[in-house]
Amino acid sequence: MYKIIAKRLLAPNIYLMDVAAPRVAKAANPGQFVIVKMDEKGERIPLTICDYDKTAGTVTIVFQTVGCSTKKMALMEAGDNFSDFVGPLGQPSELVEEDLEALKKKNIMFVAGGVGAAPVYPQVKWLHEHGIDADAIVGCKSKDYLLLEKEMKRVTGNLYVATDDGSYGYKGFVTDLLKDLIEKEGKKYDLVVAIGPMIMMKFIAQLTKNYGIKTIVSMNPVMVDGTGMCGGCRLTVGGVTKFACVDGPEFDGHLVDFNEAMRRSTQYQTEEGRAEIERQKKAEGHVCNLGLGE
Amino acid sequence: METKKRVPVKEQAPEIRRSNFDEVCLGYSESEAVEEAERCLHCKKPLCITQCPVSINIPEFVEHVKNREFEKAARVIAESSSLPAVCGRVCPQESQCEELCVLGKKGDAVAIGKLERFVADWSRENNIDLSQTLPKNGRKVAVIGAGPSGLSCAGDLAKLGYDVTIFEALHKAGGVLVYGIPEFRLPKDTVVQHEVDNVKALGVKIETNVIIGRTVTLDELMHQEGFEAVFIGSGAGLPMFMNIPGENSNGVFSANEFLTRNNLMKAFKEGYDTPIRAGKKVAVVGGGNVAMDAARTALRLGAEVHIVYRRSQAELPARAEEVHHAIEEGIIFDLLCNPVEILADEKGWVKGIRCIRMELGEPDASGRRRPVEIPGSEFVIDVDTVIMSLGTSPNPLISSTTKGLESNKKGCLIAAEETGKTSLDGVFAGGDAVTGAATVILAMGAGKKAARAIDEYLKK
Repeated sequence: MYKIIAKRLLAPNIYLMDVAAPRVAKAANPGQFVIVKMDEKGERIPLTICDYDKTAGTVTIVFQTVGCSTKKMALMEAGDNFSDFVGPLGQPSELVEEDLEALKKKNIMFVAGGVGAAPVYPQVKWLHEHGIDADAIVGCKSKDYLLLEKEMKRVTGNLYVATDDGSYGYKGFVTDLLKDLIEKEGKKYDLVVAIGPMIMMKFIAQLTKNYGIKTIVSMNPVMVDGTGMCGGCRLTVGGVTKFACVDGPEFDGHLVDFNEAMRRSTQYQTEEGRAEIERQKKAEGHVCNLGLGE
Repeated sequence: METKKRVPVKEQAPEIRRSNFDEVCLGYSESEAVEEAERCLHCKKPLCITQCPVSINIPEFVEHVKNREFEKAARVIAESSSLPAVCGRVCPQESQCEELCVLGKKGDAVAIGKLERFVADWSRENNIDLSQTLPKNGRKVAVIGAGPSGLSCAGDLAKLGYDVTIFEALHKAGGVLVYGIPEFRLPKDTVVQHEVDNVKALGVKIETNVIIGRTVTLDELMHQEGFEAVFIGSGAGLPMFMNIPGENSNGVFSANEFLTRNNLMKAFKEGYDTPIRAGKKVAVVGGGNVAMDAARTALRLGAEVHIVYRRSQAELPARAEEVHHAIEEGIIFDLLCNPVEILADEKGWVKGIRCIRMELGEPDASGRRRPVEIPGSEFVIDVDTVIMSLGTSPNPLISSTTKGLESNKKGCLIAAEETGKTSLDGVFAGGDAVTGAATVILAMGAGKKAARAIDEYLKK
């Protein structure tokens, strides 16, 4: 059993939980993910690791409620237990393994969309702790949906916020903001790391390709075990089939077949789930699809 | 002298079982078991024992069954096997213990498998305690993987007094017994769970949700957590695909994914959250036991199911009993044809599978006749789901994160056959992780051999 030590509502329908999982916390690196399961009958839900405390033995996850499973998860409170919490899965972010001196010479930009701010945070934090201040763009629907602003400010060089409705920061999409930064403000970047809804990563990768900036994206497809057993998470990268769970989750954004990945992500969506997403879209304008377990 | 015919075993009728997940074979009653046991000739040189990968004293346990001494029979089996209720159900007896049975020359071999199953079930139902262990010696051994090889290795080491911990990557112990083999062949809550509980009753600790190579490395187990020896029984979990066009279309699944959703996650049961898609018309590509399991599972979920296999029925690698059951249940066999492309509709969902007809040529390295394409014979089977069941290979997670642990080109760990010794001191391996996908009983046998070798290693 894995106890929820703390729970916070970060934005409407977006929750943060610190979960006691000492083995996972001890081994975790930025870029990796965990699989959680609520109880005997629950699904195995993959979630990117948002933070970890090796001393306290806790791992932080952030999720948005969309389907039936994530809604049930949102009802869990501090003191409740996950029956299963396994990880860290996948390869750590490349940044962790790169030569620090070489890394220090690079200008790095992180682009996060919606709940994607959560998995971006540990990477930026890791860089900050190693003497590198990267820039970051965080995009969301409106000010209410902005995640971890204080935390991100502490660890980034420049933090830019883009909101769809202009209620905070730049009015527009993250792609427009990145373009403006590069073209109007003369910012130069050697590496872009984009984490967010697939459609966002697709457009960021398209944009950066024009500038020849290497771009890493983090894929979070449907999967069961997370260890390479089911092959449900397979995607095409540079014409070759890869398993996101063991080969990724991070890949070269210029090589990922996003159209196929987006199509595959709908494989298990039920009629009910699709209807719910439509309902939310109507009610709230724009629903982020990152971090869905269904 | 005319020999008596084998006592038939009761089964659920095909037209009923094809829409439920209850066990197909219902097993012998006491009197049926006794009657079948009476057929054993008690040969002077029993060939059955030599054919059993774990050398169960078959004539002795059969004799006890004949005398209605079921507990004694259970103790005889327990000396050699820690998973008898499983092996009585899923062992390929026809090519092992029953193969050389003298009775088989003129008629039916003694139904050793069904008798083993009867004894194991009887012993469970009558709560027979078979957990005899030597005093604890306090020495720690780690076992990686709670499948057949890991459970049997751990069980044997615990009996010898070792302090054993099994690390399991999934949330439930059992390995392929829980994620791969379906309920209708191997009931989970009664049979598998009970066998796992038996191993626990010997004092073995099972830590689930620990992936060696990710959560903790093998080196850390040995150098930080104080394990003096390690047995790797991590199985062969990686599914193979054909690498044909259209294979990433929506509606193409590996048999592993399909079966894991159904068996481990219990997608077929009301109230469980994990989804599964069986579609209306399914093609299962492959001819092994896993293909039969996937096909019969899809059938039970309501689909019309075709097995697409490139050789003929004689070459099907699946057990005869599984093929027979599949045919009885109405699985359609499209033999001597091989997929060349998966066709998708405009939205990317499977709408058909293009196959080419095959004929059998000269025997290949495996001794089976090689299938050869017949030019111009391509045709399309309309299906909305394709399940790829082409075999599996070992997961590289452990070998790639453990310095000095050698594996071969196929990704199988290199280990000595009689001892399981690997290239690393104190590290042993067995089961599918070493052989590639094989059977439950071979994995169990490897686990037992390694347990003996680990005992010898630690006594030095």
